Amino acid sequence: MRKKVIFKGIALPWLLLLPQLLITGVFFFWPAGQAIYGSFLREDAFGLSRQFVGFENFAEVLADPNYLASGWTTVVFSFSVAFTALSAALFLAVQADKAIRGANGYKTLLIWPYAVAPAIAAVLWLFMFHPQIGLFGRMLNGLGIGWDYRLNGDQAMLLVILAAAWKQVSYNFIFFMAGLQSIPKAVLEAAAIDGARPMRRFWTIIFPLLAPTSFFLLVVNIVYAFFDTFGIIHALTNGGPGQATTTLIYKVYVDGVQNLNFGSSAAQSVILMVIVILLTAVQFRFVERKVHY
Amino acid sequence: MSATTDLEADRLARATVRRNARNRWVAYITLSLGVLIFAFPIWLTVVGSTHDASTIGRGDVPLWFGPHAISNYVSAWLTGGEATRTTRSVPAWVMLWNSLNMAVLIAVGKIAISLLSAYAVVFFSFPGRMVAFWLIFITLMLPVEVRIIPTFEVMVNLGLINSMTGLVVPLIASATATLLFRQFFLTIPDEYVEAAKIDGAGPLRFFKDVVLPLSVTNIAALFVILFIYGWNQYLWPLLIVTDRDLETVVVGMTKMIGNGDAQNEWNIIMATAVLAMLPPVAVVVFMQRWFVKGLTETEK
Repeated sequence: MRKKVIFKGIALPWLLLLPQLLITGVFFFWPAGQAIYGSFLREDAFGLSRQFVGFENFAEVLADPNYLASGWTTVVFSFSVAFTALSAALFLAVQADKAIRGANGYKTLLIWPYAVAPAIAAVLWLFMFHPQIGLFGRMLNGLGIGWDYRLNGDQAMLLVILAAAWKQVSYNFIFFMAGLQSIPKAVLEAAAIDGARPMRRFWTIIFPLLAPTSFFLLVVNIVYAFFDTFGIIHALTNGGPGQATTTLIYKVYVDGVQNLNFGSSAAQSVILMVIVILLTAVQFRFVERKVHY
Repeated sequence: MSATTDLEADRLARATVRRNARNRWVAYITLSLGVLIFAFPIWLTVVGSTHDASTIGRGDVPLWFGPHAISNYVSAWLTGGEATRTTRSVPAWVMLWNSLNMAVLIAVGKIAISLLSAYAVVFFSFPGRMVAFWLIFITLMLPVEVRIIPTFEVMVNLGLINSMTGLVVPLIASATATLLFRQFFLTIPDEYVEAAKIDGAGPLRFFKDVVLPLSVTNIAALFVILFIYGWNQYLWPLLIVTDRDLETVVVGMTKMIGNGDAQNEWNIIMATAVLAMLPPVAVVVFMQRWFVKGLTETEK
């Protein structure tokens, strides 16, 4: 789609585009190119020379059991976060959509966690579940459960999932509310008159009509869990204990920034780029059908 | 015969009313429960920030306010608590100031350069127009997280480490903002451009007098979203800033926690957490209408 009436000129539009293109060139394309280039090189032990090694870095990364384990961790983490955040948000949105007094107040109270930074969300959950100072941490230990997310990998995973999902519910809630409001009330009333009970109305009318919104949100939530939860993991568990909460993004950070493993980190970057491209493609392929029915 | 149908209908109607009432109660109760679950972590933190370190360190988690609110917030604001062996402490006001600078500069920068590039792409026809558009679009697929090391190297080569410029400039390219403004500009009627041309107004004049005023609500909505985005940055400042005078509050927070020892000054940490949350939460609550608009528009 484009306009019929436009201004003339060649220099001016390029000048207007210049700041954006300059920044994307220097800080996006150049480094991305370097990552792709670097993924085919290997640095010697002293970091003095780099030589071409073909796909060896990729082969090594993909054969590394630690990398595969962190890939699996990422999948479990992302789907758990998406499922938890989506179902909680849908449930709350359906409740808030029922014509009740104070719905707007509830809405405000439910959307503000969006503003809390992922790392701060992690800190809040740490205050609750720290084994010595946290209310629930101590309670669990008092019940003899032996709670310490710093030692137990499953508990660490559970905690980062909860913290990440807690923060994402508000986002989903806003979109589900918008989706619910665009469902014609007449349809629901007709079903009610025909004697369909609330549960049945939800599963046969509301849920199918919300499917496009849900699908869109599913993709957004997975992207969020992949890329925006670095702060949560870094602040809560540092990827541990062991490797229990090391996601792919966390691993590329550890290998590149802390272990200074040049070739492997570049290859991991390229693999992540492919994942983002796939996710973005899915998102844009279905984006048009998002809130239309 | 008809009497029984009437009775039947009456019974059904009353059942519906009853069911609706029950339904509404279910809604109230579950929503309140949801709000409680959402607010509880914050409640615990706010309450914690009003007790002294030993109360929290002992694990006697209080559920109601204590007497140390003023002293905790004063010492968080002015000193950031006592220094530990490995890190010196940074006063909260310094970190908040850095975060505020970063958030505002990122939001304003992103809006400014996206307005300009969207304007160029929509209102001009020039060779390379689609190339420019795609170049901007593709940046969606290159988040910092996937190009950490090479971007860091570029920053080192340009001498941008440990500077506000380094924190802000690489983040102000924005495909989403450009796409949003492009979408909006396409809805500006052709007649406006024609009228401007007849009046002899050039493209810059048209931008300033027509396009910019029309975009005010979009700019406001986007500002709210981008302010939160900027304030909540984590990985980027973690990489770029080692000078603690440039520490942003979100990163500074987690450095205060370190390994999460029970001996930490938790009261100061909690007070800082509250201060770190306050600005973005206030923006969402007080600018809710624009926030919701911004959020739903940027995802289209």
